[in-house]
Amino acid sequence: MELKGRIISKGVAEGEALTTSQPISFYGGVDPDTGVIIEKGHELKGKKVKDKILVFPNGKGSTVGSYTLYRMKKNDTAPAGIINKECETVVAVGAIISEIPCIDKIDISKIETGDIVRLENDAVRIEKGRIPR
Amino acid sequence: MIFMYLTKEEERMLDGEEGYAVKKSMEILVALGDIYGAEKLISVGSVQVAGVSYHNLGDAGLEFLNELARDGKVKVLTTLNPAGMDLKDWKKLGISKEFAEKQNLVIDAFRKMGIIISCTCTPYLIGSLPTYGEHIAWSESSAVTFANSVIGAKTNREGGPSALAAAFVGKTPSYGLHLEENRVPDVHVDVRVNLKKLSDWGALGYCIGKKVENKIPYITGVKDADLDELKSFCASVVTYGSKPLFFMKEITPGSEKHQLPKEKVIIEDRDIKDAYENIDDDVDTIDFVCIGCPHCSIKEIAEVAKLLKNKRVSSNTEFWVATSRLMKQLADKRGYTEIIEKAGGKFACDTCMAVAPLKGRFRSVATTSAKGCYYSRHNNMKTRLGSLEECIEAAVRGKWS
Repeated sequence: MELKGRIISKGVAEGEALTTSQPISFYGGVDPDTGVIIEKGHELKGKKVKDKILVFPNGKGSTVGSYTLYRMKKNDTAPAGIINKECETVVAVGAIISEIPCIDKIDISKIETGDIVRLENDAVRIEKGRIPR
Repeated sequence: MIFMYLTKEEERMLDGEEGYAVKKSMEILVALGDIYGAEKLISVGSVQVAGVSYHNLGDAGLEFLNELARDGKVKVLTTLNPAGMDLKDWKKLGISKEFAEKQNLVIDAFRKMGIIISCTCTPYLIGSLPTYGEHIAWSESSAVTFANSVIGAKTNREGGPSALAAAFVGKTPSYGLHLEENRVPDVHVDVRVNLKKLSDWGALGYCIGKKVENKIPYITGVKDADLDELKSFCASVVTYGSKPLFFMKEITPGSEKHQLPKEKVIIEDRDIKDAYENIDDDVDTIDFVCIGCPHCSIKEIAEVAKLLKNKRVSSNTEFWVATSRLMKQLADKRGYTEIIEKAGGKFACDTCMAVAPLKGRFRSVATTSAKGCYYSRHNNMKTRLGSLEECIEAAVRGKWS
């Protein structure tokens, strides 16, 4: 399956999808040293985002979150790519300065955790659940 | 694909003709412009950059700033938000050497970019004063609210990197509060209380922020307001939830152009009382008192000096006057510094209670600032909000009464 979206941060990325229907706050919500989601009550709490295609509706929280993404990239704990429903400032700026490919305006309900996803320019290619869950 | 209109010159900047910092900046501005549906970039008169404290930036933030500083030079008047320490007297404030070294590297990067090392949340008091209707790109939420609502300038609430991007390009995408159509009040706030002391303005900001979350209030019933009162109100109302723009009848320039919104909220004495009850903790022993959130004006410093004259701050209490370097220099000349320091108080220039690394250092704080209480709770302190007189008394007795 292929979906078309809007390019926020250019590039090519491929990996296993990690999907949530909840917004993510990078500042305070993700540990930049380990890449683990630590926000209390988040459905991805305890999950590692490193090398994943992270799929979530939108970012939230402090604008310092852009620097958190940059720090994750430098620490090699960052997601390989980001797919949003509606991208906002924190994630957009974070993805651009960290050079993490990012696309939005995607129907994220079509992507499940474990799908193999490839981002290339404005296109998202999805191979359903090759990884057993 | 880019949806926003770019001039030939802007396209060249995006292609990297002016180097790395300008190219990255253009990428940020174009992405934000497209996300929020801007038609074009517009020139800004000044920029104010937040994300200065090493406490918030960390090594990654520092690394990013260093990368930009290699070839990035600001194109417009650009000032800085407070840092994590007094850049001169950090030792006196109990800041560690390791922190100071990192903080200085952050400042060096900003200096290289041509930014004025003002380190204040009140740029409008130190020479970056926008005019009515002027487009600017500021970050600090209280200053953004002041610029929009007291001066009538136009700015969104920028993040650190997007403000830097605006500074390197001299422009910002035209969306949000830059557009007249989005600067329309959507809730009428009828204030039926008598505001007696400075902290009441913070309490009022708390009430309105909570009640009109994410809306633009049109405020009536406020008779008159001085600069310090408005400064305190701006900090509080946006911290506790409203958009960084309000209209205050007969105070905000241009407020007469708008009709009263239909939706109405009334603020009465009991709301202010509730605000104090929510902001205050049940604490009597006070080991930290801080005045100056937002940074003290020279008038506030004069008031502190008057109240502290011939008194002595308790040996169990740390007392800070947070202000800009420029106000401190004025205070030096007028003799206020001597009075305050003789009483055992300290000046905290270039920094403040919201961004200094204070977690674990103090158990309780007394302050005139409702915003200061919000951030102090994040630093695990119990909080007391009160008038300047009450705060000075707490500093002298080491106790709240």
